[in-house]
Amino acid sequence: MNAMFYLLAAITLAGGLATVLLKHLVHSALAVTVAFAGLALMFLQLDAQFAGFAQILVYIGAVAILIVFAILLTRGADLPKHGVFSRTWPLGLVIAAGVFAVLGWAVISSAGAIPQQNASPSVTVHDIGIALVGRYVLPLEILALLLTAATIGAVIVAMHEKERPGS
Amino acid sequence: MSMTTPLAGYLLVAALLFAIGLGGALARRNAIVVLIGIELMLNAANLNLIAFWRYGPHPEALTGMMFAIFSIAVAAAEAAVGLGLVIAIHRHTNTTELDKIDRMKG
Repeated sequence: MNAMFYLLAAITLAGGLATVLLKHLVHSALAVTVAFAGLALMFLQLDAQFAGFAQILVYIGAVAILIVFAILLTRGADLPKHGVFSRTWPLGLVIAAGVFAVLGWAVISSAGAIPQQNASPSVTVHDIGIALVGRYVLPLEILALLLTAATIGAVIVAMHEKERPGS
Repeated sequence: MSMTTPLAGYLLVAALLFAIGLGGALARRNAIVVLIGIELMLNAANLNLIAFWRYGPHPEALTGMMFAIFSIAVAAAEAAVGLGLVIAIHRHTNTTELDKIDRMKG
């Protein structure tokens, strides 16, 4: 546990909290980008370079941009009149706190059984590529199909419908 | 006590991030922030997978790493479809506030 871990954890959690608490949706989108970046740096800190850069490309490069587009297309930049939290927000807070209590209790109470391999794993991008076309080739193909279907589906769902006669 | 092992620290950060995302998904009105909360929860799960891969006994098997990479790709597909749905709902009902989208209420 070094200072770098605490710094990255603080950045990530502050970004997440700001996302949930800030009123303006554009500010939320910026805050979630900070949280994504903090997580990507944590992946790099965990010697998972490939996953870290994939996180930067996919989340900061694509998902954050998609979120900003969706906010602007739905005119979400205007503040709502009745506040940003739903009527049942205390219940949501209680459920989230309960889930964190259970997860934190599980982690702390199983501290003795948690694995502790301190040698840094030497895995290169080459190894990941070989594994992707070897042992994991079937999931990779299914994922390619899923991404194609999701792209087409997203376009069809969001496409402007022509007014049908009689409707 | 447990904070001496680095894996426990990462697991606690992931649990806290998951709870923040869950709270956001449950407490906010706007559908886009709910989707962002779900993305935060998925990211917290990815952090768990990567941390277990790093400190687990067999990192050369790449299992946790692969699971995280596939999870990132699936989350990207989910975000595209989810935000497309939000845009379609906005076109039909002219709002993205979930309290007002109650047309299927009996």
